[in-house]
Amino acid sequence: MSNTTAHTSAAGASDKYRYYLPNEHHVENSTALGFWIYLMSDCLIFACLFAVHAVVGRSYAAGPSGAELFDLPLVAVNTSMLLLSSITYGFAMLEMQKNKVSATLGWLAITGLFGAVFIGLELYEFVHLIHEGAGPQRSAFLSSFFTLVSTHGLHVTFGIIWLITLMVQVGKYGFTAANRRRLMCLSMFWHFLDVVWIGVFTFVYLMGVLA
Amino acid sequence: MFDNLDLTKLIFGRLTWDAIPFHEPILLATFIAVAIGGVAVLGALTYFRLWGYLWREWFTSIDHKRIGIMYVILGLVMLLRGFADAVMMRAQQALSFGDNAGFLPPHHYDQVFTAHGVIMIFFVAMPLVTGLMNFVVPLQIGARDVAFPFLNNFSFWMTASGAVLVMMSLFVGEFARTGWLAYPPLSGLLYSPDVGVDYYIWSLQIAGVGTLLSGINLLATIVKMRAPGMKMMNMPVFTWTALCTNVLIVAAFPILTAVLALLSLDRYVGTNFFTNDFGGNAMMYVNLIWIWGHPEVYILVLPVFGVFSEVVATFCSKRLFGYASMVYATVVITILSYLVWLHHFFTMGSGASVNSFFGITTMIISIPTGAKIFNWLFTMYRGRIRFEVPMLWTIGFMITFVIGGMTGVLLAVPPADFVLHNSLFLIAHFHNVIIGGVLFGLMAGITYWFPKAFGYKLDSFWGKCSFWFWFIGFYFAFMPLYVLGLMGVTRRMSHFEDPSLQIWFQIAAFGAALIAIGIGCFLIQLVVSYIRRESLRDHTGDPWQGRTLEWATSSPPPAYNFAFTPVVHDNDAWWDMKKNGYVRPTDGFIAIHMPKNTGAGAILAGLSTVFGFAAIWHMWPLAILAFLSLVVATIVHTFNYKRDYHISADEVVRTEAVRTRLLAQHV
Repeated sequence: MSNTTAHTSAAGASDKYRYYLPNEHHVENSTALGFWIYLMSDCLIFACLFAVHAVVGRSYAAGPSGAELFDLPLVAVNTSMLLLSSITYGFAMLEMQKNKVSATLGWLAITGLFGAVFIGLELYEFVHLIHEGAGPQRSAFLSSFFTLVSTHGLHVTFGIIWLITLMVQVGKYGFTAANRRRLMCLSMFWHFLDVVWIGVFTFVYLMGVLA
Repeated sequence: MFDNLDLTKLIFGRLTWDAIPFHEPILLATFIAVAIGGVAVLGALTYFRLWGYLWREWFTSIDHKRIGIMYVILGLVMLLRGFADAVMMRAQQALSFGDNAGFLPPHHYDQVFTAHGVIMIFFVAMPLVTGLMNFVVPLQIGARDVAFPFLNNFSFWMTASGAVLVMMSLFVGEFARTGWLAYPPLSGLLYSPDVGVDYYIWSLQIAGVGTLLSGINLLATIVKMRAPGMKMMNMPVFTWTALCTNVLIVAAFPILTAVLALLSLDRYVGTNFFTNDFGGNAMMYVNLIWIWGHPEVYILVLPVFGVFSEVVATFCSKRLFGYASMVYATVVITILSYLVWLHHFFTMGSGASVNSFFGITTMIISIPTGAKIFNWLFTMYRGRIRFEVPMLWTIGFMITFVIGGMTGVLLAVPPADFVLHNSLFLIAHFHNVIIGGVLFGLMAGITYWFPKAFGYKLDSFWGKCSFWFWFIGFYFAFMPLYVLGLMGVTRRMSHFEDPSLQIWFQIAAFGAALIAIGIGCFLIQLVVSYIRRESLRDHTGDPWQGRTLEWATSSPPPAYNFAFTPVVHDNDAWWDMKKNGYVRPTDGFIAIHMPKNTGAGAILAGLSTVFGFAAIWHMWPLAILAFLSLVVATIVHTFNYKRDYHISADEVVRTEAVRTRLLAQHV
């Protein structure tokens, strides 16, 4: 009997909070998930452009083909720039883990520099192609080539702007929770662009020269 | 002298006085009416000193409830515009036979049907659906707001910005004359050199940013912010359908963004993606846009399936029949919606095997949809059905949607589709499912959640009038189109020669008039309910004997939604709380952490509107300026780290004390 009473009173005490939390409910920050979902949606834009390239990538309209146009050594140098920038971004994140602001900023600056060289080389390639009469208007193949590659390039450009903004913010406010989160998001963005570029290098350039 | 001319061209691009339609009496009269109405509204806002209130409490609000309400208002305003287009088309087709050319020249008529489609899908159905999800989902899962409150505000303003551009096209320049999906090569530069298609592209691109971000936002909200105890299989069905819809949004809208970007490159840069020459491929556009377009119809209809599930369970006072099967049906529809896009153009001629594949997958979708219908019927079976207005819409939906679904299965048979493709039979079919499904569901949802949003119910007499006029009007308006379609009449015609067809178009026009009365009754209902709000007041927060968490809080809910985060033990969480002796806490309140309002969303969207307008008219200096401002404003916004505040415990105590008093007085 005493057993029953104890049971009832215990249930009564827990019943009060059966339907609500008396303390503040701390919801986990959703930025990582949200940013990941955004990246996947961005990935679909690239998927769409890759699909378009698969459809019209051989529609030369009697114009030049990839085999005639692509300068693979240049693209290989360009690719290595982007891959190196991913590694240096990784170093920046490692320094962030150790709470070293200036080392982080240093690696971020190197990352941005590699990114800028990548964009510079890409622009050089574009100018060269347009100069040869192989501009985006020449054929569906070239329309698709320029669009896919420059969509990636625009992403890298905005990545660099974002990187500079973040460097200022980290320099000014240090490693606040918000800044750490932002560095992590940019890190995901940067590596994502690296992965996309590997697709571009393989499917557009390497397979493009296999005429 | 010549320098001067070039400067004008540089600044104003293609925009000249010719773009203002002084010579079109219909447009001019509309413009004058809109201008007078606009000045009256703006004047009233200024006179009653409401600008500050609107800006502080609504435009800059990051409260998901207010943003949801603003989406619904946007959707309803645009419904009036889209419906005005519908009435013009019905009137034109009823009149324009033989020697009578009707009142709309083809040039204008083509813009009207394009604008009608674009507005109804993107700026009526989408905002209404997003608005309901925004308002209801956080309440249903026991959250204080969405995962990214600022993005939510920004998304709304981007959608509004797209709507503004569409409305501008009415008075400055013209809209596309291509049909609502703007197929090339017709939408290419060669055949549509004017600004119409550019208005189309930029309004959809800008609104699309908003839609995508709100999809990500709600997805993260549902995954991360559910109240403790609410597992995935405890979520209310509306939340489930919202989850699937937002998965579809995130996975479909990027395709629309990409394909419209390619079309704009064709138009602005001279690329050859969809052109007839230089290796372009117009059918690539048609494929891509339907890879977005078919999921889009499920983006619209899945949430209203959720609305019906809530309404049926509530008004039959029964637990929803077959919860698990309802969830699985929703998920299966989500997946299948990506495997059917080609049924929109069987006539492309992709061969028997491809057409059979897409025909069969299309027919398979009717299985989970049918399962849903049976679940609702079995929920009603032996329930205590209350025929309130939301329930009327639901029953109207079940009848109408089944008919629309069956004509859809007819169209899914490729040989039949070769006969019916692009005919009025197709028009009748998709209006049958979109009006009978989406629109009826939205009306049910608006009526159902209105008391939660504003604290008083909608007047049921005018609600019933609205329902019956809509319901009967729908059949008068669209059944004749099935007949005409079977006789071989194609869509998008502004003139007919065969007088024997005229009677059917006249019946359809009569139906449109009935629907107009239905819309009128809805507007009267809003006004009458506002006037009679004291007698319609909901003091309990639970006017319909609801089952889910949104009915656990007051109507309208406080900014923080729930003073304490609820703990969930059952699918029908609130029903469980009511049945098992939940006592509303009246003390022990604590300060609540909330996000802070910001004007950044409205500012960024305003700059986007300017950018879109400048790009449409080729005003390049302005476009560059607007774009740079957009980038700078975004960066400046990221320097704002103080984005939250606490509602003090005292304020929570005050708010809750008011509710305690009301409950004591009225229950």
